[in-house]
Amino acid sequence: MLHPVPTLKETPSQTAGPYVHIGMTPNFCGITGVIDADPGVSMLTPTTKGQRIDIVGRVFDGSGAPVTDAVIELWQADANGSFVTPPGRDSKSPPDFLGWGRQPTDADGAFTFQTIKPGPVAGPDGRPQAPHVSLWIVARGINMGLQTRLYFSDEAEANADDYVLNKIMDRRRRPTLIAQKQDGDLPRYVLDIHLQGPDETVFFDF
Amino acid sequence: MSGIILPGADGALYQRDRAWHPPADTPGYKSSTFRAPRQSLLALGPTRSELSGPTFGHEALGALDNDLIRNFSQDGTEAIGQRLLVYGQVLDENARPVPRTLVEFWQANAGGRYRHKKEGYLAALDPNFGGFGRTLTDENGFYCFRTIKPGAYPWPNGGNDWRPAHIHFSVFGHAFAQRLITQMYFEGDPMIWQCPIVRTVPDKAGIDQLIARLDRHNTTPMDALAYRFDIVLRGRRSTMFENKLEGN
Ligand SMILES: [Fe+2]
Repeated sequence: MLHPVPTLKETPSQTAGPYVHIGMTPNFCGITGVIDADPGVSMLTPTTKGQRIDIVGRVFDGSGAPVTDAVIELWQADANGSFVTPPGRDSKSPPDFLGWGRQPTDADGAFTFQTIKPGPVAGPDGRPQAPHVSLWIVARGINMGLQTRLYFSDEAEANADDYVLNKIMDRRRRPTLIAQKQDGDLPRYVLDIHLQGPDETVFFDF
Repeated sequence: MSGIILPGADGALYQRDRAWHPPADTPGYKSSTFRAPRQSLLALGPTRSELSGPTFGHEALGALDNDLIRNFSQDGTEAIGQRLLVYGQVLDENARPVPRTLVEFWQANAGGRYRHKKEGYLAALDPNFGGFGRTLTDENGFYCFRTIKPGAYPWPNGGNDWRPAHIHFSVFGHAFAQRLITQMYFEGDPMIWQCPIVRTVPDKAGIDQLIARLDRHNTTPMDALAYRFDIVLRGRRSTMFENKLEGN
């Protein structure tokens, strides 16, 4: 079978709408008793290896108002830079670290992911990319999920050499992807996401 | 150049046809005004970080997760409304089934009312309807769930806009770059063509892809009508290799 061009068209995207929580974080919006916990609400298990970190931030629209009805998904490698291999069909137990999280923004547009610092993943050129997590943002008014990344401020050397960051020709926009480290008992990385405006986050078409 | 094409050998995905999807800024749908990025997207081929993605096993699912008629029942009573079986196949752009992938869905009740604190429509809640469900596709990419037909509902956008009956879908695929959210509509509904959210999709053929077909053959006699809604995710691109077959 030869497939030089796609034979089917991708199903068109539609906005997740204002009631996205019903489908993606049902317990968060009061639909309890259907599933025990919202998918992706906790990323860590007792056996997860790696440096525990918090990733926090807020989402803003082009008028500067917080986006209080978004859902953000996060996908990342483990501490070794590996992605979880799919569990076998008969797998009874989830992996130590799936690498996937999902959080709604709150009344301040704020989100928190409790996770681990990812290891470096090989880039298309074979060299390691700087440690990063992938983000996907959906909400009312977003017609197609927005793809972006979050990097870490304490990886300045790796960031300077990163395959993707270096594709951002306007260097002034690179900091929109770099979370600032706040030291504490648990390292916190802080990054605000701006959907529109002078500080607009770089979004990708991966 | 002579060569053979090995489908998916390099794992890369077809670039998204952005002209087929809604643009970010759609004036007819007012919520997009301040939420649409103004800078163009930075087009890069996906790296390993986007070609991988979460997978979920059956251990994560409950027995009633794909039965919206019963999964929120407070007293054993079933949800009110036109009983439906909604099913379809998840495929990639190469028309290959996407097996064992998570599909999530949510919807209003039969009166067009969502169970959500931000919902302002005066239609009554159904105490036995939550509006949420999920399932995994089978080996052949098929999913299936039971629900009731959602009602149309008014929403604040223009002066008097109404959403056609619809069900929201979230699909994972096997790569984070395949992640998709969309909405399913019902064949024959004249309100589809008046909806500002539907009309964010530029091409009439694209809108047609969002319309589920009534399937009389799979109707459950004396119980539920069936609607079929197939979903297409991005597919893996072929790779051209130089032809190095022996003797050439
Ligand atoms: Fe809706």
